[in-house]
Amino acid sequence: METPSGIPVKAVYTEDDLAGLPEAGNPGRPGEYPYTRGIHPTMYRGRLWTMRQFAGFGAAEDTNRRFHYLLEHGQTGLSVAFDMPTLMGYDSDHPRALGEVGREGVAVDSLADMEVLFKGIPLDQVTTSMTINAPANVLLAMYVAMADRQGIPRDRLGGTTQTDMLKEFIAQKEWIVPPRPSLRLIQDMLVFGTRELPRWNVISISGYHIREAGSTAVQELAFTLADGIAYVEAGLAAGLELDAFAPRLSFFFDVHNDFFEEIAKFRAARRMWARIMRERFGSKEPRSWWLRTHAQTAGVSLTAQQPLNNIARVGLQALAAVLGGAQSLHTNSMDETYSLPTEEAVTVALRTQQILAHESGVTATADPLGGSYFVETLTGQVEEAAWEYIRKIDDLGGMVAAVEAGYPQREVAEASYRFQLQVERRERIIVGVNEFAAAGEPAIPTLRIDPEVEPRQVSRTREVRSGRDGAGVGRCLSALRKAAEGHDNTMEHVLECVKSYATLGEICDVFRGVYGEYREPAVV
Amino acid sequence: MARALRILLAKPGLDGHDRGIKVVARALRDAGSEVIYTGLHQTPEMIVAAAIQEDVDAIGLSILSGAHNVLFPRIMALLRERGAGDIVVFGGGIIPEEDMPVLATAGIGRIFNPGTSLEEIVRWVGEHVRPRGAAA
Repeated sequence: METPSGIPVKAVYTEDDLAGLPEAGNPGRPGEYPYTRGIHPTMYRGRLWTMRQFAGFGAAEDTNRRFHYLLEHGQTGLSVAFDMPTLMGYDSDHPRALGEVGREGVAVDSLADMEVLFKGIPLDQVTTSMTINAPANVLLAMYVAMADRQGIPRDRLGGTTQTDMLKEFIAQKEWIVPPRPSLRLIQDMLVFGTRELPRWNVISISGYHIREAGSTAVQELAFTLADGIAYVEAGLAAGLELDAFAPRLSFFFDVHNDFFEEIAKFRAARRMWARIMRERFGSKEPRSWWLRTHAQTAGVSLTAQQPLNNIARVGLQALAAVLGGAQSLHTNSMDETYSLPTEEAVTVALRTQQILAHESGVTATADPLGGSYFVETLTGQVEEAAWEYIRKIDDLGGMVAAVEAGYPQREVAEASYRFQLQVERRERIIVGVNEFAAAGEPAIPTLRIDPEVEPRQVSRTREVRSGRDGAGVGRCLSALRKAAEGHDNTMEHVLECVKSYATLGEICDVFRGVYGEYREPAVV
Repeated sequence: MARALRILLAKPGLDGHDRGIKVVARALRDAGSEVIYTGLHQTPEMIVAAAIQEDVDAIGLSILSGAHNVLFPRIMALLRERGAGDIVVFGGGIIPEEDMPVLATAGIGRIFNPGTSLEEIVRWVGEHVRPRGAAA
């Protein structure tokens, strides 16, 4: 028997197993370097994780309604899902946006949409995570522009932009310009954020998407930390002081089915990042050593067959995230394989977190599994296997070079195929799919996106374009272009463009023009 | 001896989820078909042009973004316009049951929902796809 990453699992573990791995017998204390047991001394006893459900669909007012609903029902932070055109830097009336507007998330074409999206949300009291990567600079600028307009000081703004382009090239595949220019734009965001937004996580270094694309837990961990190393190097290359920006690097991991492997993964992640920051980079600031992470239960593990089973899956995965010590959590809805969540489905998902927090008792003590013969052994083994991958990536010249060589992409595709073959051979059981299947299930209600959303959004954006100072927009875009072509920080220019109601597509077209569009070689 | 089937696998629209299509591509190759993968972010025009240029017998479309109701019928219409309406088209991804009848009417041969085994897809292709222009 093995974990999904291939680590052998014995029938029983004893104290003798701890002798095999240096750290396992002495995992330390929560809140103490290297933080295996948690980044804070009391963890959830001191403060619960943030309940942060990813949400977004249709037009800005539809998603604003869902935001208010979730906050009223006890969610403690916002998380924005944007539609495909927005994610790819296209306006809703771009030919490539046809059929896509408002379907996978909310459509945001300009600051006007952003203002509707956040209507009634106090930006100095609620933190917002935005899952946005290629045009993260534009969406961050829109958020800051809104705060500026409302008179909220920038140092009160709390939240996250995902901004992790390396994992886009590896897994999520939402890009505009190629890897190196993408990193340049991220550097500009890091410099801007470090100076202007002390409470903002400019990057959410993500393993979730890599895992969803088919990697193992060990690969997810290794590739994410290797991406993190690349971003630290990018920040340093941009002239930033390590401990000025490193405390604001945050993380985002998947929480998948293998309960103990996932918990081990989180614990190993903290220990490894603390080591990387202190030993590899020489950081002197404990806050730089903390791996602060959001977690999301594994979408890819949920089934279309017998969807109510997904509630049980998500419950277990959420428990793993909590026992793993995550700072923030999204629980998937049972209708994951059908559509974006209905109100009823997302409420059950949120209640799952609340039941965990208030009924299960697991929050009373930090790292309850600390000292477990199995969990400490597994943590060490996951860590060891992940270091192997990081060494390989270092040998390739770092993650940017590895991505350009297609290395992590190939590893992910291989792992994904191996997994599928295991399912085909019933070496891996999926309840309701290759075992315990049942015919003739009743349909569940699903969310439908109103087809009128697209034409309405197109009109709206055209109105924004015709109603603004076109010459002013043109000047802003030209200034942005000059900065992008040269070495000046692009963020202030993006902000000016956004405030003048330049659209997302127009701003991204500047980057397309300067850096070219990325085309991925089509490899199976 | 019948020649190997030629199948174009495509990702229409902006959807970047390529885990499924890559796994299907390998399964079809392992089963003896020639598979041409278009890569991501293909417009209907690009897909149809590639299908005709590569002289394929079938097209597999993968889409998880919800844009299938617009993009799939567009692809079918373009195929017919260009005299390639006899290419068998199948698909998969996140496509609700209630959308399937419309897609079937548009000419999509089969939609495979999440949880479908590779074995089932390979079997369906073997049963429903013939080399184009071969004797029946």
